[in-house]
Amino acid sequence: MPNAESRLDVQERRRYAVHALARTMATLTSKIPQSSRPAIISLIIGAIQRLLLILQDYSLLCVDTVAKAFTPPLYFADTLQQMDLIGVGSLPMILLTGFFIGSVMVLNTASQFQRFGAVSLTGEVVALGLVRELGPVIAGLLVTGRNGSAIASELGSMVVTEQVDAMRALGTDPVRKLVVPRVLATLIVLPLLTAIADLIGLFGAFIVSRFTLAQTASQFWNQAIQSLALGDLIQGTIKPVIFALIISTIGCFYGLRTHGGTQGVGRSTISAVVVASITVIVVDVFLSKLLLFYFAS
Amino acid sequence: MSVTTTNKAVPGEPLIRFENVSIRFGDSEVLRNVSFQAEAGETKVILGESGSGKTVLLKLAAGLLRPNSGRVMIMGHDLVDMKEVDLLDFRRHIGFVFQEGALFDSLSVAENVSFRLREESASLQEIESRVRQSLRFVEMEQSYDKFPAELSGGMRRRVSIARALIDQPPIVYYDSPTAGLDPVTSQTIITLILRLRDLNGVTSLLATHRVQDAFGLANFVFEPKSGRVLPVWEDANGRHFALTKVLVIRNAEVYFQGETTELLKSEDPYLRQFLE
Ligand SMILES: Nc1ncnc2c1ncn2[C@@H]1O[C@H](COP(=O)(O)OP(=O)(O)OP(=O)(O)O)[C@@H](O)[C@H]1O
Ligand SMILES: [Mg+2]
Repeated sequence: MPNAESRLDVQERRRYAVHALARTMATLTSKIPQSSRPAIISLIIGAIQRLLLILQDYSLLCVDTVAKAFTPPLYFADTLQQMDLIGVGSLPMILLTGFFIGSVMVLNTASQFQRFGAVSLTGEVVALGLVRELGPVIAGLLVTGRNGSAIASELGSMVVTEQVDAMRALGTDPVRKLVVPRVLATLIVLPLLTAIADLIGLFGAFIVSRFTLAQTASQFWNQAIQSLALGDLIQGTIKPVIFALIISTIGCFYGLRTHGGTQGVGRSTISAVVVASITVIVVDVFLSKLLLFYFAS
Repeated sequence: MSVTTTNKAVPGEPLIRFENVSIRFGDSEVLRNVSFQAEAGETKVILGESGSGKTVLLKLAAGLLRPNSGRVMIMGHDLVDMKEVDLLDFRRHIGFVFQEGALFDSLSVAENVSFRLREESASLQEIESRVRQSLRFVEMEQSYDKFPAELSGGMRRRVSIARALIDQPPIVYYDSPTAGLDPVTSQTIITLILRLRDLNGVTSLLATHRVQDAFGLANFVFEPKSGRVLPVWEDANGRHFALTKVLVIRNAEVYFQGETTELLKSEDPYLRQFLE
């Protein structure tokens, strides 16, 4: 009779291709005999194994979350509560930051444009920069700092105080009750926050160009709006959707794998913020390349 | 999706049965070849020092952890083979009182106690009346609207017990219910557990590092008619003995299994150390 561990593995492997792949790679690296590798190689192999295992667990959580987001029961009230927490709660921060980012963009570009006598281009440059790039990234990073960390630390404390186990003991699936509402809420709210950041950023830019470049409202807004093609708007909407998935799933992932008491909660929170921020920025590069390729104006 | 089980035990089949259960975390083996069983109506006291694996054992018994090998049979079902969805459903037969209570701190006492009922979308009146009944049982009705942060350690345990018994599960696990409490409060909690055992006939596993808990449970019964806790030998209907057994865990293995009387008589130096 196979033992419990291998029986479980078979079940899981059948269900998730990702799991199988990561597991096989981890086993393969461990097949190299211990004696024939220098210490540094062992260290590297160990690190790669750990990374693969983390990636495997993360993909499993994502697959699980998607599966559970499309099947009942869906915790509607919890999702609304999270939307309020993430969306309404982040609004002041997004408004302030968006406004000043827009303003500073004009301040930085104004002198160059004045040199080339192309002041009228200000609106266009600011609009493109904000909608395509800065709006999504700034909103993404701000929400990572505020809500990615909150998600990780809240779930983390629930894990270390056995509240997550208590939930399972009471017959409720923590992925459905805790993860899905947070992912859905972020998914709905971040694109909206990004749009608000874009708008308020443009407004900040307008105020500055009104007073430093003496541009009229019609000059600025005509330029800004006409420069935006459909592709730019699509790019500006797809990015926050992807960022929302990254931020919320990474926050939940690190929160749920917390161990080691309150110190562990701190560690999880740090990991969630660092990993999510870096992932947002790296993914942004590839996403920009991809989307510019498809929607080149 | 639902697992069809009855609350009745299969005759001859113990309600809880561990068969050569082993579990390790990384390199450290926490339990090795643990086997024991508990009959219907029995209270099994799991005695062990801090870090001996009591919590891990209870979590295995609820399917919250999976063993590396062995079988965990609860009411004739092997939890090791069950999928998590089915386990979630199966756990309605099990009440779990966690070590520090594990109350949801974002929810009020009433919301904590009614958690399971609300998940099953019971009607509001039913929820309210059952929550009050459950809280009255643990003498915490006055805290209906409070939040866990406003409660003392002993009160939190009692609310946690109320939450575990709301659906009247036939099996209840208590994880160190008296740890960190003063003797008087500990006694209140033990009396509560006695009442639950003798009124509802629940089968339970109780993890503790205090041998007094084992004697408290073995030597006293709750008499529903008079509503009092009586020593077993004073019962009018002859010897109304409490079905309480002890299991001592040491170095990841079962070190001793038997009645409290055997434990008392034991000459073993390690067990004597527990008794002193
Ligand atoms: N999730 C886990 N990951 C790694 N190790 C664990 C985990 N859970 C428990 N352990 C280890 O298993 C051992 C037993 O832990 P357990 O919590 O069961 O002890 P205990 O008997 O309940 O102790 P206490 O009386 O202090 O509550 C400990 O050494 C602990 O470090
Ligand atoms: Mg414990």
